[in-house]
Amino acid sequence: MRGALSARDLALVAVFAALIVVLGEAGTLYPFGAVVPITAQTLGVMLAGSVLGARRGLLAVGAFEVLVAAGLPLLAGGRGGLGVFTGPTAGFLLGWLPGVVVVGLIARWALRAAGTRGLIPRLLVAHTVGGVAVVYALGVPMLAVQTQVSISRALAISAVYLPGDAVKVVLASVVTAAVVRGYPRVLAQDR
Amino acid sequence: MIGLYVPGDSFLHRAPAGVKLLVLAAGLAAFGLLRGLGAVVVAAAVEVGLALAAGLGPRTVLAHLRPLRWILIVIGSLQAWLSGWQPAVVVCGSIVVAVLGASLVTLTTRTEDLLTALERGLGPARHLGVRPDRVALVLALVVRAVPVLSRIAGEVHQARAARGAQRSMRAFAVPFVIRSVRYADRLGEALAARGVDD
Repeated sequence: MRGALSARDLALVAVFAALIVVLGEAGTLYPFGAVVPITAQTLGVMLAGSVLGARRGLLAVGAFEVLVAAGLPLLAGGRGGLGVFTGPTAGFLLGWLPGVVVVGLIARWALRAAGTRGLIPRLLVAHTVGGVAVVYALGVPMLAVQTQVSISRALAISAVYLPGDAVKVVLASVVTAAVVRGYPRVLAQDR
Repeated sequence: MIGLYVPGDSFLHRAPAGVKLLVLAAGLAAFGLLRGLGAVVVAAAVEVGLALAAGLGPRTVLAHLRPLRWILIVIGSLQAWLSGWQPAVVVCGSIVVAVLGASLVTLTTRTEDLLTALERGLGPARHLGVRPDRVALVLALVVRAVPVLSRIAGEVHQARAARGAQRSMRAFAVPFVIRSVRYADRLGEALAARGVDD
């Protein structure tokens, strides 16, 4: 164990869990005007990892998912309850947990290794690997099992979300770089 | 914050949350092992019976299945085309049974009761350094922070519109995240002042 969380850590964990909730509210984020609303909750998961780091990011996503499981309609579209954890897309939701850890670990490396130059490309790697690849690595097989199709078919079905994920990867990286520059204090006391 | 719980006084409402969770887990495990048309029909009949006994209307129950409609259409037609109608019915039926069973617990159990059951389940994790009182504090803080962040999001939206940058996602996300972190800092100071660090 690396010691107890400070009061500020607890506050950051709670606020990022709430940030994931608010990014799922309708009308928060429209990438292409109001034509294609994407759910931005994965963006919140990526940001929790890169801004808070692996440990606090995991706690933020965990707190969010516990409240969803306990029956609060916090997922985009007002979904929630235990049913989302027994349904065919449960793997994507559960994949957020290892996903945010991987984002946090790679992003920490990116922030230490890179100066201002080369930061965004490294963050792109963090968000692609943790926020997309790891999430799909859990989500696709669980979808395949529940729907009794092959992994490749399940992947083909999931692929409709990849363009939206790509947008979120870029946005999360640009935003993290800007937040780190504009408010470096957020990384202080990081563990 | 309003949960998905539907108030009632049936035996399903009165059953302890922990018992319902265990029955759900055991039921879904058994269902997964049996897997077949018979299991789907029996499980669906039991669930419909429980829903009726709990006084849940078809509208309430169907609202929980609505998010599944696209995946059911895609998977149903794919399975029907690949392996015939019976596997299609079994696969789609199994998905509905799994989600419906879990939804019955959600619809008849208060969020507080589920969280209390979780806290009790976390008891053994105390030895790993998990502090259930802090878990409860963080969850309460999340519920408190949602309306605050919603308001911040609204203000940032207006500011973005005033700058004529409606289409820029960056012009929304950067100030939104920075203001959220500032709020977390104030919240952290308030918690420290109340002795949370002690």
